[in-house]
Amino acid sequence: MLETALKGSRTYWIWILFLLAVIGVGLIFYLRQFTVGLGVTGMSRDVSWGFYISQFTFLVGIAASGVMVVLPYYLHNYKVFGKITILGEFLAIPAVIMCMLFIFVDLGQPLRVLNVILHPSPNSVMFYDMVVLSGYLLLNVLVGWTALSSERKGVAPPKWLKFFVILSIVWAPSIHTVTAFLYSGLPGKYYWMSALLAAQFLASAFASGPALLILLALIVRKFTKFDPGQEAIQALGKIVTYFMLTSVFFLGLKLFTAFYSGISTYSYPIVYLYAGLEGYNKLVPIMWISNILTVAALILLVIPQLRKNEALLAVASVCVFFALWIDKGFGLIVGGFVPNSFKQIIEYWPTIPEISITLGVWAIGFLILTVLYKVAVSVREENRDVDFHH
Amino acid sequence: MGINRRDFLKIAGASALAGIGGASGLVLAKSGALEASQYTDDPKGLKAKRWAIAIDMQKFQTPEDYAKVMNVCHTIHNVPEIANPKQEIKWIWTESYEHAFASQDYANPYIQDYLKKKPFLVFCNHCDNPPCVRVCPTQATFKRKSDGIVMMDMHRCIGCRFCMAGCPYGARSFNWKDPRPFIKKVNPEFPARMKGVVEKCTLCYERLAVGLIPACVEASNGGMIFGDLNDPNSDVRKVLASRYSIRRKPELGTTPSVFYIIGGQ
Repeated sequence: MLETALKGSRTYWIWILFLLAVIGVGLIFYLRQFTVGLGVTGMSRDVSWGFYISQFTFLVGIAASGVMVVLPYYLHNYKVFGKITILGEFLAIPAVIMCMLFIFVDLGQPLRVLNVILHPSPNSVMFYDMVVLSGYLLLNVLVGWTALSSERKGVAPPKWLKFFVILSIVWAPSIHTVTAFLYSGLPGKYYWMSALLAAQFLASAFASGPALLILLALIVRKFTKFDPGQEAIQALGKIVTYFMLTSVFFLGLKLFTAFYSGISTYSYPIVYLYAGLEGYNKLVPIMWISNILTVAALILLVIPQLRKNEALLAVASVCVFFALWIDKGFGLIVGGFVPNSFKQIIEYWPTIPEISITLGVWAIGFLILTVLYKVAVSVREENRDVDFHH
Repeated sequence: MGINRRDFLKIAGASALAGIGGASGLVLAKSGALEASQYTDDPKGLKAKRWAIAIDMQKFQTPEDYAKVMNVCHTIHNVPEIANPKQEIKWIWTESYEHAFASQDYANPYIQDYLKKKPFLVFCNHCDNPPCVRVCPTQATFKRKSDGIVMMDMHRCIGCRFCMAGCPYGARSFNWKDPRPFIKKVNPEFPARMKGVVEKCTLCYERLAVGLIPACVEASNGGMIFGDLNDPNSDVRKVLASRYSIRRKPELGTTPSVFYIIGGQ
């Protein structure tokens, strides 16, 4: 089926070349980081994780959110999602690959990465994260590819596939739960050390992932002959609405505990992020952009008349995606390290090499996504008049 | 042809040398000499169930008292001097009371003046329940079973820095770049590190192995008391039993092996 990705319009190839160019720039900066060391980034002994690890965290959520279309279709026989499940599964694949790449580019000694397998350490959450992420990748490749192959041949997918579909549904929340455990079990990191963190991660993932899926579905419809269906997009809109509300609710819970308790170790990271602390306020503007985007998104999503307007739903989806990206793909990690172990404030901001490498990894993800979607769409275009059983 | 006479002779010569070397290695292995030199502990080596250090804050008065302790450690362990504080490598250094004991809340502002102004030596606490060891995905950092030292295997470390996030004491440093150009005078007795790995105090395991106490303790002139926490008759236990001491962030359950004696007598 992959050959279908080799035939495309002019726009398709311009997009591919653009992604390759971004990857190229990222690669050049990565080679520099590889030779010089992680000193080319904005990280420090105080904020020892930065942009890379926060992208990883955000993207685990995007990967897990595929379950939001797979579950209603397979467990509740919600037929509307029939056309869109493949888009969910094929979004999870590049998302997990990006997660792995972001971990890789964050390593000080990347050539030793296999030590994680050579010296498996079941006491480390990183070990489980490796297991669940690779498992989830394999499941989505298996399920997505098999279902699409069957569809192309015009036959029902094999019976054994159902088992792996169910497994992937159970598996999805685990990847984000384990990722939250990377942070929520660290003594002295008060911004992360909360039983709520995994739940917060899942809620924001199930808002940002489907929001991205809405945008992708709209793009697919605009550029190809395949229509994922207005009803499916509207159903995704409802999912985004509920989980965005849940996400904001969880943030409120966190704020209450941090401020009503009066324990400053819990409130200082939040104050630093949203208001600045002792004159340090590098992240305040973007955190407020996140807040404004959240409010805008909720207005557009909660009022049914607005949500039902597809253009406004698209705007809302963009707002949700970027609001949660700032919150999780940036603020979350920095907030864990500021103030540092000595109650001092050492700020962090990514450098140009760091941003270029980050964009390069995102471009790799979008390249894989484009190829997979091209394959899926080509199969759909071929079989347009055939009634398929996904 | 792929090989000329000159190359052939080179290869033949090298093979012959390797053969001789290999054979002598076999002889050594047979006689047990190699095994003895590699696997038998030095009989002079110091042993304990759980090493600990108590720092007598009254013995630290002048800046020199601190400097000699810190300098000896950084010199013998090839710790680079990097000016940028964000990329610094530190094994032992000083922090104010407020920063070293930044615990539940900002430290008590009405505390005795001498404490407020006194620098406190900070380094790896060699915790009994170390979070850095718990989170390491490769066991590159591990608690030595024999004596409780939290060790670093810098050849196994992948540089993921999970241990740095896990350590609530900021005791770990990462080599953001090649440290070698920043080492003033290399001590050939101790390995220098490479970029991309985490490092920290390892309680002078290399000195303990040959019967020497940690360099900082030696340089402190009695300001730091070293001993076995499991032995009730050890110097460290005696001093802890007689004077008031505190540990950093005790509420986190890490049970540090470094004590600060701030009480009198």
